[in-house]
Amino acid sequence: MKQTIVQHTDLTFLIIIGISFFFLAVITALMFYFMYKYSRKKNPVATDITGNTTIEILWTVIPTILVMVMFFYGYAGFKQIRNAPSDAMTVKVTGRMWVWNFEYENGVKSDTLFVPTGKPVKLELNSVDVNHSFYIPAFRIKEDAVPGRKNYLWFEPTEDGEYYVECAEYCGLSHSYMLSKVVSMPKDKYDAWYNAPRPKEGADTTKPKSDTLKTK
Amino acid sequence: MDNVSYLDYKGKHKGLLGWILSTDHKRIAVLYLVSLIAFFLVAMTFGFLMRLEMLTPGKTIIDPQTYNALFTLHGVIMIFLFIIPGIPAVFGNFFLPIMLGAKDVSFPRLNLLSWYFYIGGAALVLISLFTGGGPIDTGWTFYVPYSLRTQTNVSLAVFAAFVLGFSSILTGLNFIVTIHRTRCPGMGWFKMPLFAWGLYSTAWIQVLATPVIGITLLLIILERFFGVGIFDPALGGDPLLYQHLFWIYSHPAVYIMILPAMGLVSEIIPTFSKKDIFGYGPIAMSSLAIAFLGYLVWGHHMFSSGISDTSRAIFSFLTFIVAIPTGIKVFNWVATLYKASIDARAPFWFVVAFIIIFSIGGLTGLVLGSLNTDIHLTDTYFVVAHFHYVMFGGMGLLFFGGLHYWFPKMFGKMYNEKIAKLGTLIFVIGFNGLYFPMFIMGYLGMPRRYYDYLPQYQIYHVISTIGSWVLIIGILILVFNLLKALLSKSNTTTELNPWGGTTLEWTVPTPPPLENFDVIPTVTHGPYYRPNLIKPEKSH
Ligand code: HEM
Ligand SMILES: [Cu+2]
Ligand SMILES: [Cu+2]
Repeated sequence: MKQTIVQHTDLTFLIIIGISFFFLAVITALMFYFMYKYSRKKNPVATDITGNTTIEILWTVIPTILVMVMFFYGYAGFKQIRNAPSDAMTVKVTGRMWVWNFEYENGVKSDTLFVPTGKPVKLELNSVDVNHSFYIPAFRIKEDAVPGRKNYLWFEPTEDGEYYVECAEYCGLSHSYMLSKVVSMPKDKYDAWYNAPRPKEGADTTKPKSDTLKTK
Repeated sequence: MDNVSYLDYKGKHKGLLGWILSTDHKRIAVLYLVSLIAFFLVAMTFGFLMRLEMLTPGKTIIDPQTYNALFTLHGVIMIFLFIIPGIPAVFGNFFLPIMLGAKDVSFPRLNLLSWYFYIGGAALVLISLFTGGGPIDTGWTFYVPYSLRTQTNVSLAVFAAFVLGFSSILTGLNFIVTIHRTRCPGMGWFKMPLFAWGLYSTAWIQVLATPVIGITLLLIILERFFGVGIFDPALGGDPLLYQHLFWIYSHPAVYIMILPAMGLVSEIIPTFSKKDIFGYGPIAMSSLAIAFLGYLVWGHHMFSSGISDTSRAIFSFLTFIVAIPTGIKVFNWVATLYKASIDARAPFWFVVAFIIIFSIGGLTGLVLGSLNTDIHLTDTYFVVAHFHYVMFGGMGLLFFGGLHYWFPKMFGKMYNEKIAKLGTLIFVIGFNGLYFPMFIMGYLGMPRRYYDYLPQYQIYHVISTIGSWVLIIGILILVFNLLKALLSKSNTTTELNPWGGTTLEWTVPTPPPLENFDVIPTVTHGPYYRPNLIKPEKSH
């Protein structure tokens, strides 16, 4: 099952592209049709038409209504993107040139974002140097990590799997290598990883055993 | 006064000096034309190299630092040295006074000064490549804090953009005054050619918005040298303040790029339709509406930056509103063709290509104006595709279109039309090959300004790179076709009105003499009026 945010974003995209494609097709078809029908050869003398108020009103009002529909679809989806459920678990995300670091509520640190499937996750984004942007294409979400600000994002993985995290705000030399992964796994596996004993200092790099996970 | 053309005119100075010291608006326009095309070809080469690098994942030809410098310089040159001066500096300078029935712009000396600011700014960009920490690598947006941290020569490069701003302001100021003061007898506001309306709306943006970017860029320099603490969060500054200031200029600036092109479309269509334009009033007023509304939507570049949810919603709403006047223009252009008598000569081909490509660019802009889809797509290749479709497919295509439309008038030479049409066709095919795959990979999550990429995107990158080769072949065909006409001795034309246009530039000699008109004309009709057409059946 797909996440609702993904569904809503894809639906908004399809609606806008659908309406747009209709307009593009009409404009293009009419233009070529007129060029054929009213070519110099077929129609040596033009008719002196300089405008028509009714049609001007029509093609102002109808597109206005259509773009308002688009706006509301986008806005409704946006509200979901911004309203993290109150039972979400929080992970602190820090961007630095050129890695992502994740810190969990119990202090566990990681360079990969391990999460339990089916639980909403709220990310608190920050940066220690320049702007970065935390982007999970498979979940259709992104928000900048800006030094000195606390931005946030949330998502709820509905399927086990691995999903790319990319930095989407240009941040210098290795911007294109500032990648990470969200690894979503069954709750028991996640708990085992989360509660595993660790050496005190330094980032944790132990990976949970993920046997059949696919990257999307 | 004798009718020596502006090309042959001998003033105080001879040779090159006669050009670079001339205050004749037509000579200044040609100075701009030569410089703009030169910079365009340089930046095009950078684009070509970037696309070559993206052919395979990992390193193909250049290292990441070079790649980052290339896209920055490509962007800076295309934006500040090509599209922003673009149509106003070249065709506005050349034709605005003639179309208004005037002898020159209101301030000819300021006009020349603006070219010197332009060349001075360009020289500073060049110097910045070889001094300090080397070529700037921030992207053309110069976002802080990166632009404060990087060791490359940011200060000189943004100072260059600051200087270029003056060139733009002076052109805008000149055009506002010229349009208010020098229209010939009989030319009321609503008898002005629509190109003049496009330039007029643009000019107000140039004058009012450019100072904002000027100050913002100076603040970057201050911050780099003295650590004032305006933008740098480490000193208590705010990186988002920078983004606001930057886009308060740079969003209206996209209308500096496109409004003159739209004006040009409104000239070319009636000429080759052999009839009046449909909806003169709505087209003229929509230019003003775009110029005004364009000030209110800058926040759509910051939908993922962390600005408040309320402001994101407002900016999204206003962005959708600004789409309406643009749509109105396109509808009126197509409606003009209804019951016309269309002579699809070479310049008209550019307009047909423009309407399709620009519409794709504009309509995909709706996806980026909508909040949830923009959050997914911002800073991906979808945006790269979108802005090349509107800017390159809009202003870039019409720059070539305008050149082909006015070339015979400007130089008294005629080019080979068949080759021009062939070049346009190859251009359009290559253009879509280059940029259309970017929409798809953007939706699949390929971020922009990436030196390297995951293997699943490669197929789109390969198609795109091949498209870039086709496009460049098309551009070279167009350029060489014009050069050949310019240099050959046999293609000379003195025909006043090769296309059958109705505006005043087609009444002056080809090429025009120094002060354009012996006798200042008087106009009695609208700019696109033609006698002897069929009367419409019933009037509305
Ligand atoms: C002639 C062929 C052209 C090619 C092959 C080309 C290619 C490219 C490529 C590969 C990028 C980098 C995309 C990214 O990773 O963000 C880019 C960026 C850009 N291009 Fe072009 N482009 C061309 C023409 C133009 C034109 C005519 C304009 C303006 C009218 C333009 C304006 C820009 C701008 C503003 C950027 C953004 C630079 C930045 O990210 O700082 N390009 N182009
Ligand atoms: Cu980055
Ligand atoms: Cu904008």
